[in-house]
Amino acid sequence: MTLVSGWGRFPVVDSDVLRLRSFEAVGVAVVTGSVARGNGRAYGDAAIGAVRTIGMTGFDRVRSFDPATGRIRLEAGVLLSDLIDTFGPRGFLPFVVPGTRFVSIGGAIAADVHGKNHHCEGGFGRYVDSILLRTGQGETIEASREQNSDAFFATVGGMGLTGIILEATMRLRPAETGWIRERVISASDLDAAMRALDAGDAATYSVAWIDCAARGRDLGRSLIYLGEHAGKDELAEGAVAFPAGKNRGLAVPIDLPAMTLNRTSIRAFNGLYYRMGARRAGGDHVVSLYPYFFPLDSIADWNRIYGRRGFLQHQCVIPEPGARAVLGEILDRVARRGDASFLAVLKKLGQGDGILSFPLPGYTLALDFPVKGDILNFLDEIDRLVVAAGGRLYLAKDARQSRAIFEAGYPALSRFNAIRKSLDPAGNIRSKLSQRLLDEV
Amino acid sequence: MTSRKTVLVLGGSSDIGRATARAFAKAGYDVGLAGRDVAALEPDAADLRARYNVEVSLAKFDVLDTASFEGFVSSLPALPDVVISIVGLLGVQVNAESDLAHATTIMRSNYEGPSLILGLFAEKFLARGNGTIVGVSSVAGDRGRASNYVYGSAKAGFSAFLSGLRARAGRGGVHVVTVKPGFVRTKMTEGMKLIGPLTVDAPVVGDAILNAVEKKTDVVYVSGKWRLVMLIIKTLPEAVFKKLKF
Repeated sequence: MTLVSGWGRFPVVDSDVLRLRSFEAVGVAVVTGSVARGNGRAYGDAAIGAVRTIGMTGFDRVRSFDPATGRIRLEAGVLLSDLIDTFGPRGFLPFVVPGTRFVSIGGAIAADVHGKNHHCEGGFGRYVDSILLRTGQGETIEASREQNSDAFFATVGGMGLTGIILEATMRLRPAETGWIRERVISASDLDAAMRALDAGDAATYSVAWIDCAARGRDLGRSLIYLGEHAGKDELAEGAVAFPAGKNRGLAVPIDLPAMTLNRTSIRAFNGLYYRMGARRAGGDHVVSLYPYFFPLDSIADWNRIYGRRGFLQHQCVIPEPGARAVLGEILDRVARRGDASFLAVLKKLGQGDGILSFPLPGYTLALDFPVKGDILNFLDEIDRLVVAAGGRLYLAKDARQSRAIFEAGYPALSRFNAIRKSLDPAGNIRSKLSQRLLDEV
Repeated sequence: MTSRKTVLVLGGSSDIGRATARAFAKAGYDVGLAGRDVAALEPDAADLRARYNVEVSLAKFDVLDTASFEGFVSSLPALPDVVISIVGLLGVQVNAESDLAHATTIMRSNYEGPSLILGLFAEKFLARGNGTIVGVSSVAGDRGRASNYVYGSAKAGFSAFLSGLRARAGRGGVHVVTVKPGFVRTKMTEGMKLIGPLTVDAPVVGDAILNAVEKKTDVVYVSGKWRLVMLIIKTLPEAVFKKLKF
C-alpha cells in the first residue's frame, strides 16, 4: 500500500497505486475497489481507489487527428498541457480548459471540468464525441450520444465511477493564435462584480477574482477578467503566433510553515493584487494564453504553500434567484474568519452536460482554506446555506462534504446510480469519494 | 521521400525512446523507430504522425542478434541523418553475480550490441561524410559501484567506445554524442527508490538529446547536478570508495 492524496493533500490515505501501460493490463489490474487516476489534480479523494488506484498517465498517445475538422482521438492519459503544446502551434486548442493545464483527458471528462467560457460554450464533455470505456464488469464499450448514451452521460462528470476511461474522441477549436485579448474591469463590491459578470455574458471568457479579505462596504470587491481569442492582426509586430508555455519557472521547494499564510499576509496580498489590477482596468491588452488561463501553473507545486497539513478547496454553485444573498453571506463569514485564501474565484456557469456534472445555471464561488482549527465545521455550515439555495458542491474539489449535502445537491443521483449499477453490478469500481458519498453501506 | 532530416531511434518503444522520437518529430524530423516487436511500435508511429505530421517508418531490431546487424543497416530504405541507440538492460545485479547467462545478457545489451550497431552506422556515415551518432550510456558507467557494477561496467565500456569513436569520426564530419541521463522515471526504474532532485522525466531526456545533436555537444549529463555528483564519486580514493555500499 502507498500513502496517496489529491492535489489538496488532504486526506492522505492508503491505496495500492499501479501505473499501467497496456489496456490488457487494465483488465488484469481492476480488483473490487479500483478507480482510475489521471494526473492527480482532483483536490480531494475522487481519484483514490478504495483498494487500488490505477494510474493512467502512461497512456499518452494521440491515435489520430484530422486537421480539416479538428477531430482528435487520444488515450485518456494525455495531458491538456501536452495537447496545447502540440496542437496549439498547428492552430488548434481545446474548447474548454480548467484553471490548470496539468490534467489528463480522462480526468477532464470524469469531472466534466469547466473553464472561463462555461456560461456560453459549456463544459469539457460538450466537445467529447465518444468515449472508450472499460466498464466495472469488464466490458469494453464505445459510448457516445447515439450509442450507449446512458453510459456516455453517466461517464461525463461521473468521477470515474462508471469504469476506466481508456480513450476519447473530441473536437478541438481552430485558433489563429495562442493569445487572448483581455479586458480587466474593477468592481468595488459584490453587486458591482455580479453586474459586471452579467454584462460579460457575451464575452467568450469571463471570471472574477474576489478580494476575500475585504469587508463591510468593500465586501466582494473584485477584478473581472474578460477574454477573447486574439487574431493574428491583433498581435504586436514580430510576435510569434503561438507563445511558448514556460513549464514551471518558479517552484515551491518545501512545505511552507503553516504560519506563512496568516491574516496579515493574506490581507496585504489581496489588497495589493486588487490595486495593481484596478490600475490596469479599462483598455484591452493582448496576453499569452498561459497566464490568462493558468495563472498558478507557473508556480510548480503551489499546493505546498499551505503547509504540510494540506488545504481544502470549497467550490459551490448557487442558482438564481437568491445567489446574491447567499454569496454575500458566505463572503462575509469568510472575511470575518480571516484565513481565506489567495484565490477566491467567482464566475457564471451554464447547464452541465453529464448526469452528475457540477455546473448549473448560476454563480460559482471557489475558496481555499488551510486545514486547521474548526474549518470542517465552518464549511459544514456554508454547505447548508448552499443546498438551501438549491446549489451544490464540485466533486473534483471535494474532500469532506457529507452524504446528506451531496444527495441534496444532486437530484439526478438515483438515475446515475441505476446506470452505474447496470455497468458494474458487482461494484468493482469504487473510490474513496464513492465510499464517502455514494456506495451502499 | 521528403527533404526533411531523418532520425532512427533504436529502442523506440522505451520511455526515453518514445520521448526522443517526439522531440525530433516536433523539430521536423522524419522518424524511424526500431525495436524487437514492430507491432508494439505501431501506436507510437500513429502518435507521431497525428501529432507532428511527419513520416514514420518501423523496422525490426534486436540488440542481441548481432548477426543481423549488417542486414539491418543495408535493408534500411535510406541512411538516416541521425541514429540514436537507447537500448539497454538494467537487469538484476544480485542475480548477475552468480547467473552467468544473466550477466552476459546485461553486458551484451549495454555494451556489445549498442557499440557494434553504432560502429556500423559510423562507417556508413564516414563514407557519406556526415551524420550524427548518439549513444545513451549511463552515469553508472563513470565508476563501478557495489550495487550495480555488472550494468555499470557494460555502460563504462560503451562510454569508452563512444569516446574513441568520437575522436576518430570527428575528422570525417561525423559527430558522436554520449548521453548520461542519471535517474529517469521510466518503466526501467519503476519501483526503484530514486532521489527526487536528481530525477527527471523522459521528455527532459528527449529534449536534451535533440539539443545535443543540434549543438554538437560531446557528452551530456541530462541534469547538470549529475556531473557534480559523479565528479565527487569518481574522485573518492579507492580506499574510501570500497567501504561504500551504494
